Amino acid sequence: MSAMLLNKEKWPEFVGKLTGKKIWAPQGEGQEMRFAPLDEGDAPALEYGNTRVPPKQALFPQTETLFRFQLGREDVEVPELEEEVVLLGVRPCDARSMAIVDNLFSWEEDDPYYFKRRELVTLVGLACSEPGLNCFCTSVGGGPASTEGLDLLMTDLGEHYLLEAVTEKGESLLKEAGDLLEEADDDKVKEKEQLIEESKGAIKRSLDTEGIPEGLPGLWEDPLWQRVSASCLGCGTCTYLCPTCHCFDIQDEVEGFAARRCRMWDSCMFGEYTLHTSGHNPRPTRRERTRNRINHKYSYFVDKFDVIACVGCGRCVNLCPVNIDIVEILKQVKEAL
Amino acid sequence: MKTNENPYIPYYATLEDTWFETGGERAIKTFKVVFDDEEVRKNWSHSPGQCAMIGVLGVGESMISISCSPTEGEFLRFSVMKMGKVTQALHQLEAGDKMTVRGPYGNSFPLDEWEGKHILTIGGGIGQAPMRPVVEYVKANYEKYGGLTMIYGARTSGDLCFKNEFEEMTRDDDLSCHLTIDIEEEQWDHNVGFVPQVLLDVNPSPENTIAVTCGPPIMIRFVLENLKKLGFEDDQIYTTLENRMKCGIGKCGRCNAGNMYVCKDGPVFNYATLKEIPEAFA
Repeated sequence: MSAMLLNKEKWPEFVGKLTGKKIWAPQGEGQEMRFAPLDEGDAPALEYGNTRVPPKQALFPQTETLFRFQLGREDVEVPELEEEVVLLGVRPCDARSMAIVDNLFSWEEDDPYYFKRRELVTLVGLACSEPGLNCFCTSVGGGPASTEGLDLLMTDLGEHYLLEAVTEKGESLLKEAGDLLEEADDDKVKEKEQLIEESKGAIKRSLDTEGIPEGLPGLWEDPLWQRVSASCLGCGTCTYLCPTCHCFDIQDEVEGFAARRCRMWDSCMFGEYTLHTSGHNPRPTRRERTRNRINHKYSYFVDKFDVIACVGCGRCVNLCPVNIDIVEILKQVKEAL
Repeated sequence: MKTNENPYIPYYATLEDTWFETGGERAIKTFKVVFDDEEVRKNWSHSPGQCAMIGVLGVGESMISISCSPTEGEFLRFSVMKMGKVTQALHQLEAGDKMTVRGPYGNSFPLDEWEGKHILTIGGGIGQAPMRPVVEYVKANYEKYGGLTMIYGARTSGDLCFKNEFEEMTRDDDLSCHLTIDIEEEQWDHNVGFVPQVLLDVNPSPENTIAVTCGPPIMIRFVLENLKKLGFEDDQIYTTLENRMKCGIGKCGRCNAGNMYVCKDGPVFNYATLKEIPEAFA
């Protein structure tokens, strides 16, 4: 389908057409924004940089029930997932992170919870016209209008949104919107392309990743790991807020006789993550944990799935309480190679 | 219970028999279990070296190596040291109780490739659990292999697992079975000394031999050193790793040693591969 135009005056109507689906959109203010279910009748304002928490929770909730059971009884009940969700205004980096994480959750065996949600979720993206201070998507294979992982891409052209379907799901959204849309002429498409070029030019941070995936494991004992992790508090913010971080813990929760087995986000920056019951810990300090985090994203994941598990969203840089900066770490890696 | 489509839902298995291998605060208890569901029982197939997630609903699960060979029958055996929350709950189970089991997980020892070769196993403490299936498998298919040498040690005779069956093996002339304890004890008529030293004393020939080792990290380090002294090449040596695990299916992330997930790429590793992974012996 060709590119379509939506006059912003018709935006609330467009959102209103998405009946029967739960709409998630960025809500809150400034740095505090996060994706959350929208009240019926609301039309989200899409003027924002990016959410503090990535929308990965739509596919991989922070805590998710695997099954419920009663203590002493044998049958277990798996929650039915059936609500269709539309994520409105997802930044291309975050959508791309989902395409990247798909690799892991489908590796040899599908994760049924993740892929059920993947089926139920439609991703409507919003191209970035004003990159954030620490964005570096273009250094790791993405871009301000990357469509990877998205079903539909929107670009803000002032009075209008330019809408481009990426998948069948995206096309059917456009069909549903029908008469609200008009066909975009070449000028509008060119306007978008120019906007994106300017946006790319406005990205201030960059990184040359060549040689890093192959070279990283060879820097195992390099003093750089001590240096870059010395100020780390081990708070885990970098991993919780990372759109590609996907590690989880599994725990049983019991209240009276009612119980559930659930999984929840975990972080490789915590000591307990790898702690053996014997007390032995293969990654005893923040040096080893930082080394693993960087190696996992920039080398191990590349080995297995041929893509860097970082989308350059800049969250870990923006929100680290002690200003640890992954771009700077990788620059030091590059120098040490 | 429906299971197959959802890898997180365990099967139920009933304890047919259970006994203590060792005593004390960190006792090791063996569970012999049979799946409740006949279909599961029929479809289940595991190979020596593989693990399973066993547990108690409401408490949790732990990854434990399957300590029996499929040649022994339609049951599973797990030998579990009482260490944390889940293993304590498992230790409270008695014959007739149920545990949950899912798996089998991971790769296995390439016993088909090893046909015609002499098999040498070197184990320490609870590290013998993943090697017992190798020993049992080779015993059951003895004509296919060039012989079996087993070296197994623990701190004291009270810390040795599977003691009765192994003592019987020491009396079998076909097998070369060597038990050892760290410190001299009365009425102990086997070896005294650390496992790596007993390995040197037994002095097995590397020719057409596969060495498999599992035990405490410090033991493995010296066993590897001594195997090299005896002339073993890296690709003749196998070991099995363990790391903290939650999912068992390569998703939860934590069990990696370098770029290898122990639950999928392991737990069995050839030493030639393993020595390239900087984190493997961390």
